[in-house]
Amino acid sequence: MYSVNYHRPASVAEAAKLARDDAKLLSGGMTLIPAMKTRLAAPSDVIDISRIAALKGIKVTGKAVTIGAATTHAEVATDDKLKKACPALAHLASMIGDPAVRHKGTLGGSIANNDPAADYPAAMLALGATIVTNKREIAAETFFKGLFETALKDGEIITAVTFTAPAKAGYAKFRNPASRYAMVGVFVARGKANGKEEVRVGVTGAGDDGVFRSRPLEAALAKSFDAAALEGVTVPDKGLMSDMHASPQYRANLVVVMAKRAVAAANA
Amino acid sequence: MGIEGVGARVARKEDRRFITGAGRYVDDMVVPGMKHAAFVRSPHAHAQIKKIDVKAAQSMPGVIGVLTGRELKADGIGNLICGWMIHSKDGTPMKMGAWSPLAVDKVRYVGDAVVVVVADTKAQARDAAEAVEITYKELKAVTEVTGAIARGAPQIHPEAEGNLIFDWEIGNAKETAAAFKQAAHVVKMDVVNNRLVPNAMEPRAALGHYDRAEDHYTCWTTSQNPHVARLVMSAFYNIAPENKLRVIAPDVGGGFGSKIYIYPEEIVCLWASKKTGVPVKWVADRTESFLCDAHGRDHVTHAEMAFDKDHRILGFKVDTLANLGAYMSLFSSVTPTYLYATLLSGQYDIPAIHGNVRAIYTNTAPVDAYRGAGRPEAAFLVERMMEVAARQFGVSPAELRRKNFVTAFPHQTPVIMNYDAGDFATSLDAAMKAADYAGFEKRRQKAKKEGKLRGIGFSCYIEACGLAPSAAVGSLGSGVGLWESAEVRVNAVGTIEVLTGSHSHGQGHETTFAQLVAERLSVPLESISIVHGDTDKVQMGMGTYGSRSGAVGMSAIAKALDKVEAKAKKIAAHLMEADEADIVIENGTLKVAGTDKNVPWFQMALAAYTAHNLPAGMEPGLKETAFYDPANFTFPAGCYICEVEVDPETGVTDIVQFVAADDFGNIINPMIVEGQVHGGIAQGIGQALLEGTHYDGSGQLLTASYMDYTMPRADDLPSFKVSTSNTPSPSNPLGMKGCGEAGAIGSPPAVINAITDAIGTEDLTMPATPQKVWAALQARKPRKH
Repeated sequence: MYSVNYHRPASVAEAAKLARDDAKLLSGGMTLIPAMKTRLAAPSDVIDISRIAALKGIKVTGKAVTIGAATTHAEVATDDKLKKACPALAHLASMIGDPAVRHKGTLGGSIANNDPAADYPAAMLALGATIVTNKREIAAETFFKGLFETALKDGEIITAVTFTAPAKAGYAKFRNPASRYAMVGVFVARGKANGKEEVRVGVTGAGDDGVFRSRPLEAALAKSFDAAALEGVTVPDKGLMSDMHASPQYRANLVVVMAKRAVAAANA
Repeated sequence: MGIEGVGARVARKEDRRFITGAGRYVDDMVVPGMKHAAFVRSPHAHAQIKKIDVKAAQSMPGVIGVLTGRELKADGIGNLICGWMIHSKDGTPMKMGAWSPLAVDKVRYVGDAVVVVVADTKAQARDAAEAVEITYKELKAVTEVTGAIARGAPQIHPEAEGNLIFDWEIGNAKETAAAFKQAAHVVKMDVVNNRLVPNAMEPRAALGHYDRAEDHYTCWTTSQNPHVARLVMSAFYNIAPENKLRVIAPDVGGGFGSKIYIYPEEIVCLWASKKTGVPVKWVADRTESFLCDAHGRDHVTHAEMAFDKDHRILGFKVDTLANLGAYMSLFSSVTPTYLYATLLSGQYDIPAIHGNVRAIYTNTAPVDAYRGAGRPEAAFLVERMMEVAARQFGVSPAELRRKNFVTAFPHQTPVIMNYDAGDFATSLDAAMKAADYAGFEKRRQKAKKEGKLRGIGFSCYIEACGLAPSAAVGSLGSGVGLWESAEVRVNAVGTIEVLTGSHSHGQGHETTFAQLVAERLSVPLESISIVHGDTDKVQMGMGTYGSRSGAVGMSAIAKALDKVEAKAKKIAAHLMEADEADIVIENGTLKVAGTDKNVPWFQMALAAYTAHNLPAGMEPGLKETAFYDPANFTFPAGCYICEVEVDPETGVTDIVQFVAADDFGNIINPMIVEGQVHGGIAQGIGQALLEGTHYDGSGQLLTASYMDYTMPRADDLPSFKVSTSNTPSPSNPLGMKGCGEAGAIGSPPAVINAITDAIGTEDLTMPATPQKVWAALQARKPRKH
């Protein structure tokens, strides 16, 4: 690690003031710290926002769910209100990394980093979540821009995400054998959007440009929200990642298989 | 057997310090004035070094020295060598290229050390290392054996034309060809044995300390064989004469072979310590471990086996290309030759065998022995061949093996080895029973109903260890003898120190070795200390590898114990005015048999040292040394049966059952043996299912971290069913065979045989990742079971 200045601001406003030039926001540090240790990242300053109280906690009011950006995966995985309102998201959080990662890593940190193999982005897309920052509200659909890219501007800090709990949702993940990140992760959600019944399928780990919605799977599931509805359905391998662990063809297969399992879990 | 003696499941004495964080590893060593080294390594797989500019680095904060290969050469430091001479079949010696500890003109793999920086702190050394400017002219690189011997391939060393190090053969080509002419069936296969990264938990480290006052060097290093390190660094690298070089290998966190060899870093730390006048420490980070630790395996083989009409094996023909990487590591030449091709007979009576091995340079990390070292490659080949043959013939894989087993011992194979003892059918029967082989079809049908493909695979492995009779290995090209030494020191109060040339880096010697002493001298375990790993404390020894520390290391201790026991009995007999032939050792005393006359052990020891009343002419003291040179290799063997379920939707393999029935000869501590088998099987399953080493076309290591290199984890593994059936080895006084590598040798073929049984195609390479299994299934519809 190169030498770096560490800050621990007491408020989001103070953090925003510090967050400029080569400074980096530090939440759980599950990506940033390893990158700094291997000298792949060299920020001048790290601004630790993980202890700002306003960024923490889970609120469920009826169907409306708000999760603070600095809420850890472990908190998301074990929150009783959330487990009732949207058990699929709690389940997703319970499968991130290992216990150490889950107790340090945060929801805001994960989506701000937008790792193409991270779990949360798939859920954010499928849940039609809104990303709340210190400046504005951004629809998940427009928030995730590509590999490690988001709509966040300099000095913009995620404070929370909000979404309406779906009627049904499920997540199934196929792990990369080495890293155990999602090689393919599929989050399915059936809910009401604009008064209309809607099925959304968010896919992570597979796309060349990061997380995406799978329209062929959504169309099939809109007809019948059942794993059987996906029998024989295929998704194009174009635009899917290719690496030593999985070819685009294999990933395309896994997208369908994981979607089936996610739907089965949602209906269970 | 007592509760602490031979055969007892004694908890490991060393574990208390390991699991409480009190172990002392090289990185824990601190010498006053100690500074830190960082290496500048080649980012290119193959390039000429045009210019090295160290000026900017020299003026960085905390920097004490920035040293290059030219300075190292000017000081007369020698090149690294391979210590086992192999001659090609045309009689020419192997073509060894020069390996300078710091590259001078050319780099040959990504990670090749070029410059060393010494600074006050590790961070400063790294900062300065980044400031060293090296101008390279990149050359075309080649990472795979077939590419490296192709026409027009880049020439890696001028000494080895066409990158061919040797073209060696074993067995009899003519007889084998004749056998194939008689054949009713010939089974052919192409097999790749995948390259593995050793991944010891503790990365390699070195601390070099030059003492100006004494003109003496001390080297703390992560070594499996500190005396061999001292010998080689003295005799070949010109660090210092042996009496001026002390090598200490303290607690070492795993080796698996990768810490046998002497690497550039320890040589450079010693040299740099004299050059800069400060003790110099280097500890590899995990990336350096991936890039620079000697890798294992990496064979490409074509093999053919000839059978008669009754499925008896007539002959076996093997042609192997072995990737040795960019430089010849210390024992790299013996691994794909005498540790591999001598085991091509497997457990079978094969009248004619011919093996041909070509060793090849590539622009990759050096390849050398890794847990099993050549024997896993042989076992994988032979056991895949037997399974495929059985499937082609439509016969039971167990019965095809049984029909061809060697059943009479000693048995001379056509490939040097003389199997001295074994009982292969007993292991096969035990494994089949433990695996409920008879019930497999039912389980297969049940799995099918659940949408899963279930398969079962055998592996009847044999290996040669207890390395090794010195004269024999000398005649085969070894530069060293492979005996072992021991000194047993009985102190004046009766406590005992055993100085052993073996080295423990996870094997539990401090427990097992002490159990042997406790058994023989009837003293409590806590009064026995096992001392190892320091050339100033311990007499010359050969170290730990090749599952040799039981069969060879403990045999040396047993020989020293014989002498101690004889002298102790003489003293006791003298004290009790009895005949020494009547003295027996039991319950902590030396006793006159059949009487209640006795002398406590400690009193006898005290008498040896007070020397007030010793037999006439006897020297005072009680301390004996022995060197033991084994009479033969030992031949652990066994049968492994793996049962898997494959998910055809994802290609995921679940190992639902793994049975190991091993014959290790006599066993000292069954719990430690089981632990060795568990670890070995885990590593073997790692090779079979998970661990793949990938270089891209330009020679960059793509799997240089745990993000891409898959280590076996607990949830990848089932609970193993292990058992032993012990046919004592006639070749050493303890009847031990060795158990350290068997698991890694025997398990990969069992796993792949099981998966290929499940998916109905043989077209599958290791590691059998979900992607590969799925793709194999897509390529071929599963056969009907």
